Amino acid sequence: MTGDHQTLALLLFSTFVAVTLGITTWVSRHRHGSAEEFYAGGRLFSPMENGFAIAGDYMSAASFLGISGVIALYGYDGMLYSVGFLVAWLVVLFLVAELVRNCGRFTLADVVAARMRERPVRIAAGTSSVTVSVMYLVAQMVGAGSLVALLLGGTSEAARTWTVIGVGALMVIYVSLGGMRATTWIQIVKAVLLLGGTVALTTLVLVRFHGDLDRLLRTAAERSGHGEAFLAPGLAYGGDWTSRFDFISLGLALVLGTAGLPHILSRFYTVPTARAARRSVVWSIGLIGGFYLMAIVLGFGAAALVGTDAVRASNAAGNTAVPLLALDLGGGAGSTGGTVLFAVVAAVAFATILAVVAGVTLASSASVAHDLYASLRRRDAEPRGEVAVARLAAVGIGAVAIGLGLLARDLNVAFLVGLAFAVAASANLPVLLYSLFWRGFTTRGAVWAVYGGLVPAVVLVLLSPVVSGGEQSLFPGVDFQYFPLQNPGLVSIPLGFLAGWIGTVTSPEVPDEAKHAETEVRSLTGAGAV
Amino acid sequence: MQPSNDRLSGAGGDSENAVDHRGAADLRCAETPASPGYDDPWYDALASGWGEPAGAGVPEPAALPSMRPEPAQAPRAAADVYLEVQHSAAFQEVRSRYRRFVVPAVAAFLVWYLAYVVTATTAPALMARPVVGSANVAMLAGLGQFLTTFLLTWAYARHARLRRDRAALELRWDTQELTRGVRGGASS
Repeated sequence: MTGDHQTLALLLFSTFVAVTLGITTWVSRHRHGSAEEFYAGGRLFSPMENGFAIAGDYMSAASFLGISGVIALYGYDGMLYSVGFLVAWLVVLFLVAELVRNCGRFTLADVVAARMRERPVRIAAGTSSVTVSVMYLVAQMVGAGSLVALLLGGTSEAARTWTVIGVGALMVIYVSLGGMRATTWIQIVKAVLLLGGTVALTTLVLVRFHGDLDRLLRTAAERSGHGEAFLAPGLAYGGDWTSRFDFISLGLALVLGTAGLPHILSRFYTVPTARAARRSVVWSIGLIGGFYLMAIVLGFGAAALVGTDAVRASNAAGNTAVPLLALDLGGGAGSTGGTVLFAVVAAVAFATILAVVAGVTLASSASVAHDLYASLRRRDAEPRGEVAVARLAAVGIGAVAIGLGLLARDLNVAFLVGLAFAVAASANLPVLLYSLFWRGFTTRGAVWAVYGGLVPAVVLVLLSPVVSGGEQSLFPGVDFQYFPLQNPGLVSIPLGFLAGWIGTVTSPEVPDEAKHAETEVRSLTGAGAV
Repeated sequence: MQPSNDRLSGAGGDSENAVDHRGAADLRCAETPASPGYDDPWYDALASGWGEPAGAGVPEPAALPSMRPEPAQAPRAAADVYLEVQHSAAFQEVRSRYRRFVVPAVAAFLVWYLAYVVTATTAPALMARPVVGSANVAMLAGLGQFLTTFLLTWAYARHARLRRDRAALELRWDTQELTRGVRGGASS
């Protein structure tokens, strides 16, 4: 990596930071400080804008660099990831988006608390939302740190530390000053940049192979060193049965977790109606699906043009596959085209991380202020105070994420993201689906569903080989590993549903028919929606 | 209040008929495109009313029965409205249309996805069988997942637009009118 790359990449990245800060200032000039504005951006975004913003929120650097990298290293097994990430959106579209838009105001807890005793449910749902968000944030911060080390050659510890701190500080500024409106525009800008960069690279790959996908695949298989096996599943997860179950567990977490991610749920409140929420999901499915299809081409392209061994030599996890591919497509190291493309990819990856981090921070500050703070203090304080708390919470969460991001910097990013999905699927999805669709659901069931998913998910991770007992564990020296799988989803997701059911059938409380009627009527018609 | 009540049960009696009245639907739709993504005139008052001290003069925020503690008798009356709407034939029709599409569709794509993941991890030999050129079963199955996702998205959006949206919007209006009626009576 020569100095040219770094200078140009830094220049492009500074431009992005300047533009986004400009957006934040411009948006916050017009603000009134209402909760509606801070959490939901005034609810007046169009479906297309929100669709791009959802896509921007969802396509993290883990997808851009990670999926293509895994494909470049292990071939077909990387494709399994992208399928899970995409199919998950059908759960969101069919079961969640419209109904949540109709029933809630700002957060997941709104939907559940409408039917139940408010305080315990809000505290439970708020806690799990904040947990999921912090895990997701830490993953992105760790990704930001290692990205800098990889792309700018700043391998020194100080460079990584300052990158994490810088990203954290920027996200706090975006969120606490600009709220949802600034965050949404940043997501839109980022989504356009990311899709533009991906389209350009994919086109170049296809041009290189004269549009012959068959030849692309054959070349990739040859240069991978695995032959035909590269194009079939099994290279990464085909080992013993533990790793196979691990993958099934991850697949389950991916497909069910998206619908429980707080920063995705909060996006539906930025549009005026449920119909607009549906149309924004349709937009985002189109954008995300197209993006993953291109990521697959880029992954196989990197294997074919750069070669699996060269990718692995640069970064063992494959995260540099796309930047290396860009360098090659532009004409190789030292050429102007290569330098420009490499810098563009690096800047797009930075922009991606910044935007995702801002979106997640906003969602978790909403959970802290609207759910936890609002339940733990008297209800009669004015709403304006809640927004001030949310701004403060953004600062606090930023600090926590910076701290944890620095501590966890050696953990694998993809693992952390998979973990956040598993916790979201175990703790948030059962309670959400039960309260939308189950007539007999009670307060105890809701609270049990949240904790019954959250606690097993977190405990199983602590007992897994990720934390102890293996060479790559967080604490390699000690061994308290009692659970063989890295991803807890296969066990903790059913436990979340089971706990909600047991809590409901054992609860002495008689479910309130009228409250259920209200939730059902409101969720399907939009009556009384804000 | 009385007329809207009749309209509610009337819409339930011939809900199929109501859907076929495309003329009326077009009329209503024709008014909306001027303000894109915005099809509820109530929205403005509700949105600006929340959280802003200036909105104190507007009665609308009270129309959100579940979100704030209410005086003792008001929620009961509003609750009756929701129970009444829930039992109306018009609402049951909307709900069953939603469920008749969503339940089989969710079952189908979850089974298809889980079958794909389980087969890919447990039977890689089957997935590696070549089909055309360098494309094997696994490659086609993966692309098939993308394709079915796009198709189901399109089918759901179309179904919701043609079979649910208009009936749901009418119910929304009627319900809001009823809850407002109840509230007006309770406060006077």
